[in-house]
Amino acid sequence: MKKTYKVEVDCAACANLMEEAAKKTPGVKDCTVSFMTLKMKVEFDEGADPDAVMKDVYANCKKVEDECEIYL
Amino acid sequence: MNKKQKKLLYRIIAAAVLFVPLYLISEGIVPNDIPRWAVFLFFLIPYLLVGHDILRKAFKGIMNRQVFDENFLMTVATLGAIVMGEYGEGVAVMLLYQVGELFQSCAVEKSRRSITGLMDIRPDYANIETDGQLEQVDPDDVEIGSVIVVRPGEKVPIDGVIVEGSSALDTSALTGESMPRSVEVNDDVFSGAVNLTGLLKIRTTSEFGESTASRILELVEEAVSNKSRSENFISKFARVYTPIVCYLALALAVLPPLFIMITKTGLSNYAGIGALWREWLLRACTFLVISCPCAIVISIPLSFFAGIGGASSQGILIKGSNYLETMSNVRTVVFDKTGTITKGNFAVTAVHHSPIPEDKLLEYAAHAECNSSHPISRSLQEAYGKHIDRSRVTNVSEISGEGIIAEVDGMKAAIGNEKLMERVGAGYQECHHAGTIVHVALDGAYCGHIVITDEIKDTSKEAIAALKKAGVEKTVMLTGDAEKVAKAVADEVGMTEYRSQCLPADKVNRVEELLADSSERSRLAFVGDGINDAPVLARADIGIAMGALGSDAAIEAADIVLMDDDPLKIAKAIRISRKCLRIVKQNIVFSLGVKILCLILAALGIANMWIAVIADVGVMILAVLNAIRCLNTKNM
Repeated sequence: MKKTYKVEVDCAACANLMEEAAKKTPGVKDCTVSFMTLKMKVEFDEGADPDAVMKDVYANCKKVEDECEIYL
Repeated sequence: MNKKQKKLLYRIIAAAVLFVPLYLISEGIVPNDIPRWAVFLFFLIPYLLVGHDILRKAFKGIMNRQVFDENFLMTVATLGAIVMGEYGEGVAVMLLYQVGELFQSCAVEKSRRSITGLMDIRPDYANIETDGQLEQVDPDDVEIGSVIVVRPGEKVPIDGVIVEGSSALDTSALTGESMPRSVEVNDDVFSGAVNLTGLLKIRTTSEFGESTASRILELVEEAVSNKSRSENFISKFARVYTPIVCYLALALAVLPPLFIMITKTGLSNYAGIGALWREWLLRACTFLVISCPCAIVISIPLSFFAGIGGASSQGILIKGSNYLETMSNVRTVVFDKTGTITKGNFAVTAVHHSPIPEDKLLEYAAHAECNSSHPISRSLQEAYGKHIDRSRVTNVSEISGEGIIAEVDGMKAAIGNEKLMERVGAGYQECHHAGTIVHVALDGAYCGHIVITDEIKDTSKEAIAALKKAGVEKTVMLTGDAEKVAKAVADEVGMTEYRSQCLPADKVNRVEELLADSSERSRLAFVGDGINDAPVLARADIGIAMGALGSDAAIEAADIVLMDDDPLKIAKAIRISRKCLRIVKQNIVFSLGVKILCLILAALGIANMWIAVIADVGVMILAVLNAIRCLNTKNM
């Protein structure tokens, strides 16, 4: 399953960091963060609960980039 | 500017106002006898005012084991400078760095807005008539089959068919074509087009989310996630660049002074051991200022995004930066003839050897074929152009693979190929023209033949010439036509090669053969009309579907979608991709070049922190401005 979220982030390098962090989160199959469109596209693993996974993604992103925001 | 940016701007202005007099005092330009410790304390005010968020982020980064980010670098560099007594430089670097950040954030915001502005095709509302009153509703709530009203000046919100009214539509936001399209009852209209003149009532044929405008927007937004090799290179590069420069800075701070102390060479150049260490520590701090990779990291994706946005404003949808990159290396373009080079509709182009008036001959032919829906029959009826009176036609019999025999006005008309002429015993004449030949015999007597050809598009010849000019070496046409027809068309438009008598299933094989010559620097593009050629579109390095407005299958299968059916757009797409890639390369070479140069100058002690931060911010500004040039695709 794929879902798109609106994000807020200050710079392109920070968006890359968020992408890396999200990819490492369990339950996330693939993820791209576009700094240009300020969108995060997440592909979830089969059977994963998007809401629960996104909470972890959010926490992991906050760890690498304090100023980021994901609108869940 | 948004709230965050305004706040930063005020902080920068306030810090700058405090900083300038302090700098003049500390450098002794304004004579004073303020003690050093007091100057230090005063300098802390603008420093913390402008840089407190950087310090905080750096600290949090360390706590989260995310050490090597730009905040950390700036913190170490500026604190280092201040600790060594260079208060002015330390504060100035932080100040200029924030100016750069502000500029970058504004520039990105602005280009983001102008790109979305270019793609401003998303309709905000739909009008529904209830009890004679127009009501504005969310287009998402309109069900398939409802009738919506579009007034002049409004955007068509949802795809549909006109049930009432006629008007001219501006489809430039969808196709890049500036000529308005006139539409009337029973015509299909696509969402995103602007109604120019008359009131239209439209019965919707799809939901808002499945409508053309929504699909195009989705596609362009999706495009950004298909990253190009340059983008991947840069994000990998940024990951290793910063740590490398940090370790180099550390080495620069420690190794040279140790070396000088041990070997005692050149020690006399310094005022003492303390001065020696101070000098190299400052050089190391300068190094750190240059190590921020943001200029490159921001300008590359910005260039691609601007390029994709600019192309879409011209009716060229590119599904990803990677395709933009491949497109710039296209050297071979393969066309599926029907629908790309030719219009895909058959038309009567000549009537030969007719003993009776040409229109009379067409009249008989059109009437005899009036019950057939074959493209050839339809083109005969179209060429006749007048009302067909079916009561004049009797005893119609179709002979498969040969033609039709029917009685028209009591006369026995045979319309078909050579075999049919032999069957009715009419001595026919062969035709030297390329195309489909329809022979006509009336009451067994030969009455000449009609030549029907698939019309070549007006711009096909120009398009092939433009491709050659854009550096395409090979243009190949695939067609199911006979050798003679294929050669005639290929010669007329200027193709370098053609393959005739291709069955639809052969096309993949032919493209495979041509792909054998394809390489990194020489890519192959396949152009089709999106009908039955999904496997070929997928197999080629780049699949281009044209005339795709309203054709979902084509939009799905292709990598690049041309919204209208003008073959000139192919060369344009290549030119846009080349320009975009050129700008990307310029930015990579320029920003890396300046950074490396500054690193060398800093290591040699020639560049100080001032030069470093100005170079860093300057490179970023120039790279961003250069990237925005990709947006300009109008006159390409």
